[in-house]
Amino acid sequence: MTISYSFKTAFRGLKTNKSRSALTVLGIVIGITAIIIIMSLGKGAQNLILGQIQSIGSKVIAVAPGRQPKGPTDIFSTFTDSLKQKDMEALQNKNNVPHLSKIMPVVFGSESVAYGNDTYRSTIFGVTDLFAKIYDMEPSEGRNFTEEEIKGYVDVVIIGSKVKEELFGESDALGEKIKIKGKNFRIIGLLPQKGQFSFLNFDETTIIPYTTAQQYIFGIKYFNRLIIEADSEANVDQTVEDIKTTLRNSHNSTDPSKDDFFVETQASAMAMVSTITNILTLFLAAVAAISLLVGGIGIMNIMLVSVTERTREIGLRKAVGATDRNILTQFLLEAITLTATGGIIGISLGAIISFLASLVLSKSFNLDWAFTFPVQAALLGLAVAAFVGLVFGLYPARKASRKSPIEALRYE
Amino acid sequence: MALIEVRELSKIYKDGAETPALRGVSFDINEGEFTAIIGPSGSGKSTLLHILGFLDRHTKGEYRFGGKTFDDYTKDEIAHVRNEKMGFIFQFFNLLRRTTVLENIKLPLLYSKIKESQWDELALKAIEEVGLSHRVHHESSQLSGGEQQRVAIARAIVTNPSIIFADEPTGNLDSKSGGRIMEIIDKLHEKGNTIVLITHETYTAEYAQRIISMKDGLVEKDEKVLSRRHKFIK
Repeated sequence: MTISYSFKTAFRGLKTNKSRSALTVLGIVIGITAIIIIMSLGKGAQNLILGQIQSIGSKVIAVAPGRQPKGPTDIFSTFTDSLKQKDMEALQNKNNVPHLSKIMPVVFGSESVAYGNDTYRSTIFGVTDLFAKIYDMEPSEGRNFTEEEIKGYVDVVIIGSKVKEELFGESDALGEKIKIKGKNFRIIGLLPQKGQFSFLNFDETTIIPYTTAQQYIFGIKYFNRLIIEADSEANVDQTVEDIKTTLRNSHNSTDPSKDDFFVETQASAMAMVSTITNILTLFLAAVAAISLLVGGIGIMNIMLVSVTERTREIGLRKAVGATDRNILTQFLLEAITLTATGGIIGISLGAIISFLASLVLSKSFNLDWAFTFPVQAALLGLAVAAFVGLVFGLYPARKASRKSPIEALRYE
Repeated sequence: MALIEVRELSKIYKDGAETPALRGVSFDINEGEFTAIIGPSGSGKSTLLHILGFLDRHTKGEYRFGGKTFDDYTKDEIAHVRNEKMGFIFQFFNLLRRTTVLENIKLPLLYSKIKESQWDELALKAIEEVGLSHRVHHESSQLSGGEQQRVAIARAIVTNPSIIFADEPTGNLDSKSGGRIMEIIDKLHEKGNTIVLITHETYTAEYAQRIISMKDGLVEKDEKVLSRRHKFIK
């Protein structure tokens, strides 16, 4: 029998029990839809985060205090006070880190910001004027800090768009004074609306000189981060090594396993994010794949019922010349047609839902979320669906093919 | 050379106890012969037909079809012989429900070596022979019993087999429809087909040239029909 006719026969077999076939296919549709949605959204989230990390620039290196977190319980160890002024000075020494071109200390925390009777809980970000270059975030109105303002512990502030909107609404904010921890700060700059930026939302941020932040807001002598830029991308790895050596010397330590700081580059951050999102996506997809297994068992069940119901038909087909292989192929094709149809519907449905989800995500969270159709996942989904049909259809099909023609014809 | 050679053929059903259905049957059937096998129920006539039609396997003895012993055929060869050389007509028609007359008739062609482009032509020719050309696109379940049996005959002859096995073809029909079916079978014989007909009605058996009477798994009588029924119709 020709392949096209075999498919026609399979389709006719399935059409005879339309609603039963549809319900059987549903299990596969749900499984494949779930996998496609998870893969698509996972890829979208990964691309978003990677894009943001990339936009920081490949020459940027971040030094954080504490040990590199190895697991969820490790997270608190990052909040230590191991990065101090002398460390920064050691790093700035050209003999220690020759390829360092910029260094910016960072302190951060959360505080209430007040204007008149309005208050807003904002992230306070204590930095230098270099933040604009490093994060590609020039003030859209007003100006950046000057070096004198940083050195002089001056009470000036640049605010994010959300902070401005919460405290001032439509009125002019530039030049106005806002209160943080009882101290007045003069607004010298406004940031453009930017949305969530990796782990930081600049819209909700209040930026002040790090010196002022250390002295008057947080009352600390250490830094939460040191952001360093290498003079070229090629020198990033060397610079990372120089930073490590310099900091170990500064902390009187030689044992890398006892480091009380850790160094991250764009590449390492991207690799970590990729690993995490890939693992998460795979894990979720594996959970979704369980529904495929359930769907497959449903297929096998229905195919067994179908084989029993059509025993006389099998007997007749054999009587008029069908070989065991012909019967096996017919029932296998029916199972594969069922699951492949489910696969195609699932892929389409998954793509539509993912597309709508990406629209909703980018609109309501103001994210730069792009819809990605996971071509590989779609092909894999289709292959898996057909495979499920093959595996779960094989047993019923073999059962059908082995029936003795005369016993099948006599079946009541 | 005889088309069918049967020597001391026996069949024992092992279903807990051993039940002998055939107990040493011997005869030949020549090409172009119209043979009726008659006998009361339990005489072994249906079992014999199934063995002759390669649908079942004998327990002892020898069965040669077309000069070759049954045991020498492989499983696939058996399927091909059923497809190319044998046609079956059953008492309960065995048509595929919710399938058109045309598709039912095409069924053996699906498993044949004949090209798909010729299927429709062959099926239409077969349906014309049984006089149902006006019913080609009807579903089989919409047809009367007599018409359904005619579709089954068309299906049996579509691959142009040399031998047709008919198992009580009129057993489920009224006498008028039954008469029509027998006329068609008679016509197939006149065209050169070998016919093996199973029946328990002597009346129907008299269409044949030869009647083999079975009783208790043995051939009781094997005789020529001197006054064949179709002679009276003509």
